Amino acid sequence: MIYNEPSPLEVKVISQRFTLPNSAAIDTYLATDGYLAVKKALGMTPEAIIDEMKASNLRGRGGAGFPTGMKWSFVPRKTDKPRYIICNSDESEPGTCKDRLLMENDPHQLLEGMMIAGWTVGSNKGYVFIRGEYRYLIDIVDRAIAEAYERGFLGKNVFGSGWDFDIYTHTGAGAYECGEESALLESLEGKRGIPRLKPPFPAVVGAWQSPTLLNNCETFSAVPAILRMGGPAYAELGTPKNGGTRLFCISGHVNKPGVYELPLGFNLLRMIDEVCGGMRNGKKLKAVIPGGSSSPVLKAQECDVPMDFDSMAKLKTMAGSGGVVVLDEDTDIVQLAMRTMKFYQHESCGWCIPCREGTTWLKKILDRFHEGDGRSEDIPLIGELARNMLGRTFCALGDAAAMPTIGFIEKFRDEFEAHLLKTQDPQSPELIVL
Amino acid sequence: MPVEIDVTTVYIEDRPYPMDPEQNLLHQCLSAGFNLPYFCWHPALGSVGACRQCAVKQFKDEHDKHGRIVMACMTPASDGTRISIKDSEAAAFRAGIIEGMMLNHPHDCPVCDEGGECHLQDMTVMTGHDYRRYRFEKRTFRNQYLGPFLNHEMNRCIQCYRCVRFYREYAGGADFNSFALRNLVYFGRDKDGVLENEFAGNLVEVCPTGVFTDATLKRHYTRKWDLEFSPSICTQCSLGCNISIGKRYDTLRRVVNRYNGEVNGYFLCDRGRFGYEFVNSERRIRQSRLRTEAIGPDAAKRHLRDLVASNPGVIGIGSPRASLESNFALRALVGPDRFYAGIPSSELELLRLMLDILRSGPAGTPSLREVESSDAVLVLGEDVMNVAPRMALSLRQSVRQQPIEIAKRLHVALWQDHGVREVLQDAKGPFFIATSSATRLDDIATECCRGAPDDVARVGYAIARALHSSSPEPQDLADNQRAFVESVTNAFKMAKRPLVISGASYRNIGIIRAAANVSRVLPGATLSFITPECNSFGLAFLTGTSLEAAIKAKPTAAIVIENDLYRRLPAPEVDSFFSQCAHVVVLDHLENRTTTRAELVLSTATFAEADGTLVNNECRAQRFFGVFPPSETIRQSWQWLGEWENLDRVIADMSGGVPGLSGIAQAAPSAAFRMSGAKVPREPHRWSGRTAVLANITVDEPKPPVDLNSPLSFSMEGNPDQPPAALIPFFWSPGWNSAQATNKFQEEIAGPLRGGDPGVRLIEAGQGEGIPMASRAAESDEDARLSAPNRDRQGADAFNGALFASVPSAFQPRENEWLIIPLFHIFGSDELSRAAPAVAQLFPDPYLALNADDAAKFGAEASVMGRNLPVRVTPGLPQGVAGLPSGLPPLEGIMLPAWSGISRI
Repeated sequence: MIYNEPSPLEVKVISQRFTLPNSAAIDTYLATDGYLAVKKALGMTPEAIIDEMKASNLRGRGGAGFPTGMKWSFVPRKTDKPRYIICNSDESEPGTCKDRLLMENDPHQLLEGMMIAGWTVGSNKGYVFIRGEYRYLIDIVDRAIAEAYERGFLGKNVFGSGWDFDIYTHTGAGAYECGEESALLESLEGKRGIPRLKPPFPAVVGAWQSPTLLNNCETFSAVPAILRMGGPAYAELGTPKNGGTRLFCISGHVNKPGVYELPLGFNLLRMIDEVCGGMRNGKKLKAVIPGGSSSPVLKAQECDVPMDFDSMAKLKTMAGSGGVVVLDEDTDIVQLAMRTMKFYQHESCGWCIPCREGTTWLKKILDRFHEGDGRSEDIPLIGELARNMLGRTFCALGDAAAMPTIGFIEKFRDEFEAHLLKTQDPQSPELIVL
Repeated sequence: MPVEIDVTTVYIEDRPYPMDPEQNLLHQCLSAGFNLPYFCWHPALGSVGACRQCAVKQFKDEHDKHGRIVMACMTPASDGTRISIKDSEAAAFRAGIIEGMMLNHPHDCPVCDEGGECHLQDMTVMTGHDYRRYRFEKRTFRNQYLGPFLNHEMNRCIQCYRCVRFYREYAGGADFNSFALRNLVYFGRDKDGVLENEFAGNLVEVCPTGVFTDATLKRHYTRKWDLEFSPSICTQCSLGCNISIGKRYDTLRRVVNRYNGEVNGYFLCDRGRFGYEFVNSERRIRQSRLRTEAIGPDAAKRHLRDLVASNPGVIGIGSPRASLESNFALRALVGPDRFYAGIPSSELELLRLMLDILRSGPAGTPSLREVESSDAVLVLGEDVMNVAPRMALSLRQSVRQQPIEIAKRLHVALWQDHGVREVLQDAKGPFFIATSSATRLDDIATECCRGAPDDVARVGYAIARALHSSSPEPQDLADNQRAFVESVTNAFKMAKRPLVISGASYRNIGIIRAAANVSRVLPGATLSFITPECNSFGLAFLTGTSLEAAIKAKPTAAIVIENDLYRRLPAPEVDSFFSQCAHVVVLDHLENRTTTRAELVLSTATFAEADGTLVNNECRAQRFFGVFPPSETIRQSWQWLGEWENLDRVIADMSGGVPGLSGIAQAAPSAAFRMSGAKVPREPHRWSGRTAVLANITVDEPKPPVDLNSPLSFSMEGNPDQPPAALIPFFWSPGWNSAQATNKFQEEIAGPLRGGDPGVRLIEAGQGEGIPMASRAAESDEDARLSAPNRDRQGADAFNGALFASVPSAFQPRENEWLIIPLFHIFGSDELSRAAPAVAQLFPDPYLALNADDAAKFGAEASVMGRNLPVRVTPGLPQGVAGLPSGLPPLEGIMLPAWSGISRI
């Protein structure tokens, strides 16, 4: 099922089946071009497929936006080791809820994408690593896998090609950190979910010591369409170097929050006004978190911007995972900073000191600050502690906690100062009650 | 072995330094003498990048003024790298990391066992963090009971992950882990209980702060700066690990690792670390006695002299746990002809054979460092973990040697510990064990082969045969043996540095011969013999006559040094020996059954009160120095027995008089050695007892005791510079109060100590001054040997020694009788550590080991050799073989292996 009314402005490529009845069933999929792309791929050379992927300008939808075709080309083909395809469906970035719809409404599209990847890099095994809290999705994906086996699409001799491919589901146990690709591999191997050192990168040494292709669920889901329509046509949908469409998960103070498939480069203000029906209760826009909770906040005046990886980078933030959080004028930034840090503190894996101790300390300071026991030296301290994490932690979780915090404190310092004044003022109404 | 390496230039603060590109910047900065703080990195454990403490600023080139912060431990020392340690941003970041760790670290330094030798304290001072901005409560954990060796105080933890990395990844332990996440990460067991790993005690030194501290020290606690130290050698197995022993007042307080790059490196086993407390035992003999009367030292010595003078037939019985000097002194007193080894012939002959094999080569015997770098290993008939524990830890590293090539191929730097471990996963190099029962190293073995001792020998012979057609062929091997032989042979043919380990545990000559044959037909192989005790080889250098021969000699008087004969031979034989001996003199430090038979007991020094030389299993002679000042009443055996002026005189007489021992003087500088005219102080310069220790008696500052035997002083005064490696009493350097100060004493990090690692090898590969093997063959060994090897195409130059030819026949189980073999226990089989209370808590009770089938026949208890014992199922015991724990009272003195019936109760 879908959770919001579609918008006429959407360009439906990977979400085209979401509204069909029984959309997760294999027959629905087959009736709508399903499994044509993999058949086409089996007639192509891996090099040709990678060229097609490169031409599509598809960039990783997990958050980093790395060019997918290039990533596929890194997997060594001349090796006596097995190669693995892993789908990262450990979707846990606050503000992001797209992989869940893709698995719920169109699991076969994902499986087909993984099959094409498997054929391309010479793999015989794929894993869908699903976030532990998405318990119900495991059943749906398992059912789709079973259907594919029943039809002979998976298993031995896929479509008579002589090539074997199996797909399994695997769940995380609820740790945000396990969405980081190397921690995901540790978790998949049954170990403690802490990140690995890179290099070696997973493409060379990934799961079980073997070359591994790891992509986000949405990335894999875009692959069948790319092969069907051709790389250049897909690229055309977006802006230069930012090919195709993506699912924007728009939440917050808008009239019609939801998941919308829009071309990359779609203007953020239009997204709010035209796709989501404008600000709720006619309030004014204050800020937008453009790509999941770890992306630095954009002030209202920065929001007239195309939503793609490069435009966001220019504004020193990230397109990230496509989680767009719209905030109106009443939003308490101090509370938002506190709540954001609470999440990262809770999810820090505990491996490296700046993140482990930094998030804990920051959370305590922000809690106290918000509750009204802040001190003026807290504001620079928050900035200092966040900057001590930025780029200096073992993995990106420290950055993910630091970046939004630095954004809040730099762009809305006045709000922090006002909060301090308000809570310290002996004449303030809250204190007079005492 | 000189290894050619590229040298690159790294610029630190714009000054060039030559560095090893195969290493990381932290390793190289420390080697170059810089003070760069760190926590998660450990020289033996490599880099994982967890603590972020060693941050430095890296610059792209000389024009880059901005730079970026990198972790030195995660950055290769590649050519042209430019870094700054002093950079203010990097320095502030490092102070920030300490501040982060201090959020929860308690301010309990004054009452913490680690205080004064805490790496966290040192690093905190080094970074300059000194002001607390954190205004919240600290988190608290529940501590666990982890056994008699270690205290657990988790609140002090800074989560550097070193403990779990050492325990699980380096030492192979499974019952210790990291739990939970974020700032609640917890290191411990899933529930309270004794840590199972035999190397858990190293956590005391691996932990950079006071989470894991020495529980035996806690019972008689003293700060490091208030201890008096000596460089010593562990006496609790044959490996001769270097230890630093610390005492205060009249008790020995603790043992810590004393780095020796060739021997123990950074780690000890728990028996070596915690077994020292026998020195403080209530069973100590602190006063000499004549029959039951205490006797003064001068009178005692006079009595001994008179006794020797009036009994021209007096014999001397030496000991494998006494120093070379003490054994030599006895030999000199009674004459070489009347000096006996104090061990049964079944053991002595094997020791002599081992020495012959090592002398004639060509296989050299490896140091533990070389064991660690072996890339294919065969263990014949030894339960290494229980007999020579520290070697088992080296073997755990050796199985990584072949797989590490995978990492090299993938260009993963070898210091990137987790990168390498991800690449290797569970891959293990060839490691084969042939024993009569399961061992604690089976989990890393490629294949194990179980059989009676003779079958172990046959398997060894078969491997030699498969490698070379000159070696004799055992007939009728079983299928599983054949498969094992094939696996070992294939692995050995591929190996660059193959190693064969064998020893005297099963008292089986065939096993040792087979091991020799394998090592001789295998080019490049090394051969390591594990001997039973700390100076077994030293004793074998001094005499070839056994304890049985001493008994046969029917002497009227005997002098026994540091040896409980009741642990060597069955009690009735020892009883009858003592009964027919009119005069028995015993020199020892703990009461035992032998001392009860003595007319004269001389109170003798333990290793902590004595100076001398021990010869370890690789024939490395190593000097140990006492930490207690000389005492009138407690003297070293060689002092009771002779009139030497000091230790150097004994050494001079011995090295001139005993073949093979001429090199031992080089094991350490002589007593005359001075550094700029001064001695080496045993006490740290902050030692606070100088004027206080005797204040209840006199407020005068007494003259420090004189040490005639060593260049060490019983004082805080002396030359504060670094002494020669053999004389380092403790590791300390300005700003480095913890064990990590070792860094400052090495030529390079994890390399040799400055001036070379201590100890002198008495036999080098195949070039010893000893007797060629063929000539000894005739006198001691009826074994027919091939006088010259049949050279064939396959291995024409592979060897130049002779090969042993007599293959034992296959083991035949008997009807109603079992071959009882000895089973060893790290905690329990060793004589002296039995008197250490902490170790004593871990002894097994005596038992009879049977395989599952036999155990089912006998039930819970059975009778063997006249004793009723509980039955324990021991995996791997072949049909017809049973086992008894070695050295466990009341089973000590039983000569094993032996045939015996077993009956139901």
